Amino acid sequence: MSGVLLSLAALVQGSSEAANEAGHFEPFLPGLIVLLPLLGFIANGYLSLRHARVSADSVRSGSEFDLSDASSRPSTHTLPTWIGPGVMGAAFLITLVNFSRMLGVHLEEAVVVHYWTWIATGTFSVEAALQLDQLSIIMMMVITGVGTLIHVFSVGYMKDDPGYPRYFAYLNLFVFFMLVLVMGSSYALMFVGWEGVGLCSYLLIGYWFSDREKADAGKKAFIVNRIGDVGFLVAMFLLFKNFGSVDFISIFHDADTLIYGGGLVTAITLFFFIGAIGKSAQIPLYVWLPDAMAGPTPVSALIHAATMVTAGVYLVARSSVLFALAPFSSAIVAGVGVLTALFAATIALKQNDIKKVLAYSTVSQLGYMFLGVGVGAYAAGVFHLMTHAFFKALLFLGSGAVIHSMHEAYHATHSHEDAQDMRNMGGLHRPMRITCITMWIATLAIAGIWPFAGFFSKDEIIWYAGAWAGAEGAPYPQLYTVYWMLALVAALLTAFYMTRMMVMTFHGKNRTGEKEQGHLHEAPPVMWIPLAVLALLSVFGGWINVPEALSAGWAGLGGLLPMSEWLHHWLEPITAQAHHVQEVNLGKYSYYAPFGGGEALWAAISTILAGTVVFLTVQIVRRQEILAVKDDATDLSGFSKVLFNKYYVDELYDRVIVQPILRISRFCWRVIDAGIIDGAVNAVGWGSKGAGWLVSMFQTGSINTYAFILTVGVLFVLGASLF
Amino acid sequence: MITEALVLSAILFVIGTFGVLVRRNAMIMFLCIELQLNAVNLSFVAFSRLFGIEGQIFVFFVMTVAAAEAAVGLAIIISIFRHYETVNVDSFNLLKW
Repeated sequence: MSGVLLSLAALVQGSSEAANEAGHFEPFLPGLIVLLPLLGFIANGYLSLRHARVSADSVRSGSEFDLSDASSRPSTHTLPTWIGPGVMGAAFLITLVNFSRMLGVHLEEAVVVHYWTWIATGTFSVEAALQLDQLSIIMMMVITGVGTLIHVFSVGYMKDDPGYPRYFAYLNLFVFFMLVLVMGSSYALMFVGWEGVGLCSYLLIGYWFSDREKADAGKKAFIVNRIGDVGFLVAMFLLFKNFGSVDFISIFHDADTLIYGGGLVTAITLFFFIGAIGKSAQIPLYVWLPDAMAGPTPVSALIHAATMVTAGVYLVARSSVLFALAPFSSAIVAGVGVLTALFAATIALKQNDIKKVLAYSTVSQLGYMFLGVGVGAYAAGVFHLMTHAFFKALLFLGSGAVIHSMHEAYHATHSHEDAQDMRNMGGLHRPMRITCITMWIATLAIAGIWPFAGFFSKDEIIWYAGAWAGAEGAPYPQLYTVYWMLALVAALLTAFYMTRMMVMTFHGKNRTGEKEQGHLHEAPPVMWIPLAVLALLSVFGGWINVPEALSAGWAGLGGLLPMSEWLHHWLEPITAQAHHVQEVNLGKYSYYAPFGGGEALWAAISTILAGTVVFLTVQIVRRQEILAVKDDATDLSGFSKVLFNKYYVDELYDRVIVQPILRISRFCWRVIDAGIIDGAVNAVGWGSKGAGWLVSMFQTGSINTYAFILTVGVLFVLGASLF
Repeated sequence: MITEALVLSAILFVIGTFGVLVRRNAMIMFLCIELQLNAVNLSFVAFSRLFGIEGQIFVFFVMTVAAAEAAVGLAIIISIFRHYETVNVDSFNLLKW
């Protein structure tokens, strides 16, 4: 028994090769961080299966339990409350220990903890190993930290759902795969996580699978992601063909052998970017993310805002050396990013579903992250990834609290109005004060108002886009100037649609209905405490990376905000190689905005503009007369109709891709499969049967006939052998 | 000498074969099969003069098997007779699908 425990402990501890002398970083139980969510999945999964049996038994015996009554809930419904968030909290604490240990040392090289050899064929081998470095620890902090908060929120949000244990099982499994994705030490292991989170995304979008529309949304997400995954695979094969390995460390070590701007590295990075497009919902594969809102709202917060969809950005940041070697691919990354940012922002202007606004906003913000990593500002991209995880998780959870309240109000009066449509909301700041305040903080953060988190991260990305355009020897300078301007426009649109959402939801007259108004209520503490924590992070999260140019000026409160460019320096060991490549091939950045002016000036301009937009939007939307859904008969026309219908992209894809595929499939099914293949098989069957029927005529049952045929046969054989 | 024996063997075999083919009495057909077996036995013995003792050894095998076969065959015929009260092979044709 103790031997088993010892070997288990060895498995969890692993064997690390901390081969750096500068600082000694001893990873603390990194395997357990990954293992805990997996154990949570197993425990919750078991409870889920038991739960199904228990509830089936209780229905059969006629003593159906009432889930909304806390005392009569079965243990299978109460245990996941502790297991789900519990394993997350424990994983977060272990990550925190690792993070604080890493803070103490200056880690030059990644620490890789080996467990066992996963694949070993000839010269090629893939280790099951976890990589701990500055980038993965930031991702782990975001995943386990924000993940824990969202798990806690889910306890309140999902408490009456009959599939409660199943929900937590999927959620834990998701976190497990997400951690594998960011901690894996090779592209192969990353791909395991990549596919795993896709699976969990599918399972959780279609969580309420008895609703056909929601099941279809899950399917759509899965299929669209699969298109991107092909790109990831091809890129991985190309890497293997060229380097004979898929390990991060050995590939980046040998990356100098690639030709700058060469065809191979361009192909590799473009294929990786196809994968990133799928997972991170960029043009043209973004269509699955708005539909993914069919899942429970905490799922949207965790998977479709804070963590999984940022995997593409992580991929590009992780492969920063390769992307730095391929300026063409980087331009494509930045271009797709900024176009998506603008495109999605315009769609968000006209949406009425609160979650749809947030979904398009997420697509738009992901575009910003890609703009950042596309212009070589990898730290800025990761920075925005982090702050976005804070404020977008907060916005989604807040919208979850609103929907929860709206749903219960409509449930109490047995009306079937849409609980997610903002036209049915309004004036919610009175019953839901905390939710309103926290969401306003997130809105100001995403709009880029100083001193909230989003100001620093978004501004840095826009600044770098401009700086890249003005840099000496930068490729495609005009192109980057256009990117920079588009990014500014998208930032203003962001301020507008977010403020519109807030005003429609929380201010003005209440449109929920006479009877329902009294039932609207603030979220319980288990839901608003995560909101409050995230609100704090949305305020202060940006302060870890105050740009140097700003820290001494007004934006840094004259140097009062202490952590000037902290994240930038923190990620330096990761990005140093990429920056080296840029310096060798392009010369140093020259920090000039396209129209002159320093970083501080442009930051001031952008925050004043964003503030003005927020202020004006509040004024405009408050004066607008908004009607509840059942009274609203306005017919949209012109461009707003196009926006409301999301540029008809879904319809276009349906016409151009889905329907032709369906037609080809139907042809293959009816003509080739049912006609030719099945026909051939059936013909063989019928032929054998007919032949058998014919031959059976000879089987008369008369012994004399048999004897006669036997004799003739023998004579025939004898005769044949004689002559 | 051997030629005559083989001719006799062939005649006996053909008689046996025709008996099996043309007669309808199961008992007679059975006897004809025995006749065929013994015709073959005769040629075995005849050839053993030329090629050695093995032919005669083989005859014992054939006789042993024939005895066993006779026991089983007769038992079948008796049970058929008990069932149909006839041994005319035309009156039963169950030996088919």
